[in-house]
Amino acid sequence: MLQLIPMLLGITVMSFVIIQLSPGDFLAEIRLNPIVSQETVDRMRTNFGLDQPLHVQYLRWLTNIVRGDFGYSFAYQVPVLWLVRSRLFNTLLLNIIALIVAWAIGIPIGIHAATHQYSWSDNLLSLFSYVGISTPTFFSGLLLLFVAFKTGWLPIGGMTSLDYDLFPWYGKAFDVARHLVIPVMVLGVLAVAGLTRQMRANLLEVLRQDYVKTARAKGLAERVVVNKHAVRNAINPLITIFGFELGGLLSGSAILEVVIGWPGLGQLILDAVVRKDLYVVMGSLVIGGVTLVLGNLIADILLAYSDPRIRYD
Amino acid sequence: MTEAVGDQGSGISHGPGEERQAATSSAQPPETGPLTRPQPGRLPGTQPRTPLQLAWRQLRRHRLALLGGVVLVIFYVMALVADFLAPYPLDFSDRERFYHPPAALHLRDATGEWHLRPFVYATRLVDPGLRTFEADRSRAYPVRFFVRGEPYRLLWLVPTRVHLFGVDDPARIFLMGSDGFGRDVFTRIVYGSRISLIVGLLVVAVTIPIGMVYGGIAGYFGGRVDNLMMRVAEVIIAFPSFYLLLTLSAVLPATVGCATRFYLIIVILSSIGWAGFARLIRGYVLALKQFEFVLAAKAMGQGDLRIILRHVLPNTSSLVIIVATLTIPSAILGESALSFLGLGVREPCSSWGNLLSAGANLINLSRSPWLLIPGLFIVATVVAFNFLGDGLRDALDPRMRTG
Repeated sequence: MLQLIPMLLGITVMSFVIIQLSPGDFLAEIRLNPIVSQETVDRMRTNFGLDQPLHVQYLRWLTNIVRGDFGYSFAYQVPVLWLVRSRLFNTLLLNIIALIVAWAIGIPIGIHAATHQYSWSDNLLSLFSYVGISTPTFFSGLLLLFVAFKTGWLPIGGMTSLDYDLFPWYGKAFDVARHLVIPVMVLGVLAVAGLTRQMRANLLEVLRQDYVKTARAKGLAERVVVNKHAVRNAINPLITIFGFELGGLLSGSAILEVVIGWPGLGQLILDAVVRKDLYVVMGSLVIGGVTLVLGNLIADILLAYSDPRIRYD
Repeated sequence: MTEAVGDQGSGISHGPGEERQAATSSAQPPETGPLTRPQPGRLPGTQPRTPLQLAWRQLRRHRLALLGGVVLVIFYVMALVADFLAPYPLDFSDRERFYHPPAALHLRDATGEWHLRPFVYATRLVDPGLRTFEADRSRAYPVRFFVRGEPYRLLWLVPTRVHLFGVDDPARIFLMGSDGFGRDVFTRIVYGSRISLIVGLLVVAVTIPIGMVYGGIAGYFGGRVDNLMMRVAEVIIAFPSFYLLLTLSAVLPATVGCATRFYLIIVILSSIGWAGFARLIRGYVLALKQFEFVLAAKAMGQGDLRIILRHVLPNTSSLVIIVATLTIPSAILGESALSFLGLGVREPCSSWGNLLSAGANLINLSRSPWLLIPGLFIVATVVAFNFLGDGLRDALDPRMRTG
């Protein structure tokens, strides 16, 4: 656990250094604006602490972060945390639903593929998962938008319809749900493809073990052997993936959000990167890094809890 | 922390689960023994197979891996002879045919006569808003092969004017349509393959030596050195790689030419990619250094660096080959994602990612869906690499060998 502290510090240092490498700053743009006077620019520099030496800037930023203050967005003139919070729900909504869908589909498919190894359905599924893991989300997103446009079944892009505000609450929920279909499918396919492959490989490995032979030899039904004995052990390694996905809840959908116009964190960070909105970018990097670390920590704890063979010093 | 943090964004390559697999396989003794170990049941007089032959034999059975290999050979040859394959030069643009749909190849003309050679009609813009074109059926323009066109140097060496195919002016052969500047999408895909395909190779060429040496040193020395080195690597792994990619690409100066930008992107992708690879090597080396041959080398008084470079690292070769094959597609995906978002390779250079970004708005998506074709090339390449990588994994892992 204590190892996490240097790691978290490292994350903040690196976020800071990368931003400092960037040529020009947010003020460079303002400076070019003839309406803004030199005094205003200077005042902004002092206000944001940009005139201080680097280590002072870093330490000031770090102490603020520890207090829960991620700084101020130049572009939006609001605190970073406020900005992040406004997008956080959308991103979490999308990713959590995609996660649930993916696990609900991926695990049974993986079990089926492993228990029917080399059958036509297994071959078909493995082809599907190869293509699934190889398709970048920005492309599959575009393809689905294209299909949605041609068929008119689903809304194209965004999170809500134009007349969203006029709907009663259930109409609103339904509207968002309709908008969720495409991004959830895109993220889901990617995750299902990965999960299926992993589950299939794990289960095949487990099914070769001696205790499975024993279970079969003592006359247990194949269903019991698979579900009670094999699957439980095969799922264990997937916990690592679960933790990884947990850590990616905030960042996993970033590109897709940009493509389909989902108002989430991904769009926010891209926008901030393009506009050189210093504190937003640094804040997103730190938040993204910390969630990933925490996700892995949770996975490690779950793994140790579920598998008595694993012990950490 | 265990080795749980993995590389994201790319979505592929060495996910955490696969790393775990690699870690478990590292417990298996690597093949270090003499190659001519006698095998029971072998016919007298037959030559024992070398590990390479065994691997090749196994790989040949993996049909998908072979398919992937063939596709990749085709694509890389395409990149090499791009100027020969492309009917038009990279910067060619037809100011009268924006968003032209893919050329319709005909065999039968307006008079009902059949032609041996496929031909196209010259087209004329009818409605710029709806992007509709009308074919002039009065004259057929046959597709000619080995036509003379724009001069270029084949393989950067042989000056020539011969292109694989083309049609006479004023007809155009836009095999995959044209984009918003009236440029041939097929031409730009073919030229774009040069950038998109080479990215993976260059990134791997940079990350592998760095990762091997870094991971080798950390794993070999262990203890405090290992601890410190791995903490540094883990900080890089701890970031969502797409965020890191995005932020680093914003650091790039905006004014440099596209060749410089291309190299800077390789630097970025490598500076993110080496860490995960180093950790993988480190885990493997930790297991490797327990073997007698390392002890023997030490007893002979060889220096640590020499042992690492000459004895330990060569034993990681099969792991390196597999990981390299699976890292290439993730680098390709990284470059396409960046270029797609306009932060990678920019106009006028073409890469599959930035070509695809032309299709990323609703009007183009609905009226000119052929602008999505570059995405198919990305997927095909990545699938092919994954096929090949998995085949290699099976072929190089002695436990997976059949018969």
